[in-house]
Amino acid sequence: MAVEADDRKPLLSKKIDKFFTGLADAWNFVRRFFQEVFMPPYEFKEVIHQCYRIGVESLPLISLTGFIVGIVFTNQSRPSLSEFGAASWLPSLISIAVVRAMGPLVTALIAAGKVGSSIGAEIGSMKVTEQIDAMEVSATNPFKFLVVSRVLATTLMIPLLVMYTDFVALMGSFLSVNKNEMVSMSTFFVQVFEAITFLDVTSSLFKSILFGFTIGIVGCYKGYNSSKGTEGVGRAANAAVVMAMFLIFIEELLVLQLVNAIRGM
Amino acid sequence: MNQREKVVEIRNLVKSFGDLDVLKGVDLDLFREENLVVLGKSGSGKSVLIKIMVGLLRQDSGKLQVFGQEVINLRKKELNALRLKIGFSFQNSALYDSMTVRENMEFPLVRNEKNLTRKEINRRIEELLDSVGLPQTINQMPSELSGGQKKRIGVARTLILNPEIMLYDEPTAGLDPITCGDINNLILEVRERYKTSSIVITHDLACAKQTGDRMAVLLDGQFNAIGTFDEVFPNATDERIKSFYDYNFINS
Repeated sequence: MAVEADDRKPLLSKKIDKFFTGLADAWNFVRRFFQEVFMPPYEFKEVIHQCYRIGVESLPLISLTGFIVGIVFTNQSRPSLSEFGAASWLPSLISIAVVRAMGPLVTALIAAGKVGSSIGAEIGSMKVTEQIDAMEVSATNPFKFLVVSRVLATTLMIPLLVMYTDFVALMGSFLSVNKNEMVSMSTFFVQVFEAITFLDVTSSLFKSILFGFTIGIVGCYKGYNSSKGTEGVGRAANAAVVMAMFLIFIEELLVLQLVNAIRGM
Repeated sequence: MNQREKVVEIRNLVKSFGDLDVLKGVDLDLFREENLVVLGKSGSGKSVLIKIMVGLLRQDSGKLQVFGQEVINLRKKELNALRLKIGFSFQNSALYDSMTVRENMEFPLVRNEKNLTRKEINRRIEELLDSVGLPQTINQMPSELSGGQKKRIGVARTLILNPEIMLYDEPTAGLDPITCGDINNLILEVRERYKTSSIVITHDLACAKQTGDRMAVLLDGQFNAIGTFDEVFPNATDERIKSFYDYNFINS
């Protein structure tokens, strides 16, 4: 038993070391982002290019998912509300659920899968094929070109995608409500806007910005620090998705606590 | 300009990765307009040496001066100024695979020479593509190019900043003998046309013989022989150098 404990000790110690070294590395990476984001030269062209890739190219997937979420959530909620004769509250319920939680969360999770993995894989592959070193030795700043531009693009585009997802999900919900409860579009949206508050919208926006930043910085960090070889690229892409999703749920929980505290004031 | 002016001076350079000692007190000089070939087995630390030269890696101890500047002591801005004088041609070309050949060439140029007009940028790109014999590839993606073409474009991209020193990392690795010959000729042409000093990292003796003025053989973390090809190889007494020579020439 004593021998086993001794064997485990260095391994455990190594894992703890690795964890804290990784944490320090990640912190330095985030700090470097904030140092470089305000310093010229600015890579405007690359930011716009990344905004297009992240925003426009995600639209089909986001549209389909948002629409389905709206329909499914409405259809799942209807029986429970109907039991209490409250089916007319469906637009209010859906709007609160979509704007407060589902819109930001669904968009962020899809973006973490689609955009986060692609950023991790792209930068990881540039790292292992020495393209980042090639930028460095030609006296350019690869961090600014690759990391700052992508993190800015995700931070800007995720909130826009969330707004779009909210709209599409509400349209999906409207179709279901219209078909079953014969509610007109104007009545539906009057109820929607009556139910949501300024705090709902601002907290959703705040969360979306946070989610966007997380997806970008995690994808870039994992790619930038990927180890040698194609296996490293795969691991970077995978780790970017897993870590971003994990952080998104934690952030969701923290923002929820914060918003509830504000609401309780 | 003095032909024997030192552009790179390395003294007692040491570099380890964990328990692995790669460079164990290396001394080397590179003179102006000289082609120096660094030979050694894979993993002998040849690439590490030139990566320290451009500040991609840091030595553990020892001196490495480029144009009289100690690279390890340079601040970011000073290091970038020095990097503009050094062209680095990577082993796998390291072309930016999401950009066309034109964009690859433009990337370092527009970021380092901000006052250039579009016309001037185009002229320099076209001139360099002509000089490496690949003007037709200007709008192609790196994935559409052959290995030899990628190497040539990689060299053209480094030349666009008019470097004074060229570092070639395994320029002929993975290429067929004819393309190897073309790349060797390109290395000589670059020296002739742009008056560069070069370090060529290779384990290909044919490339070394064709391109190098002097050879430096890196074995067990130190340079065991430095001199012209004929001084170092045919009558080598060191068994390791002899076997390196025999293996290259008898097996090829």
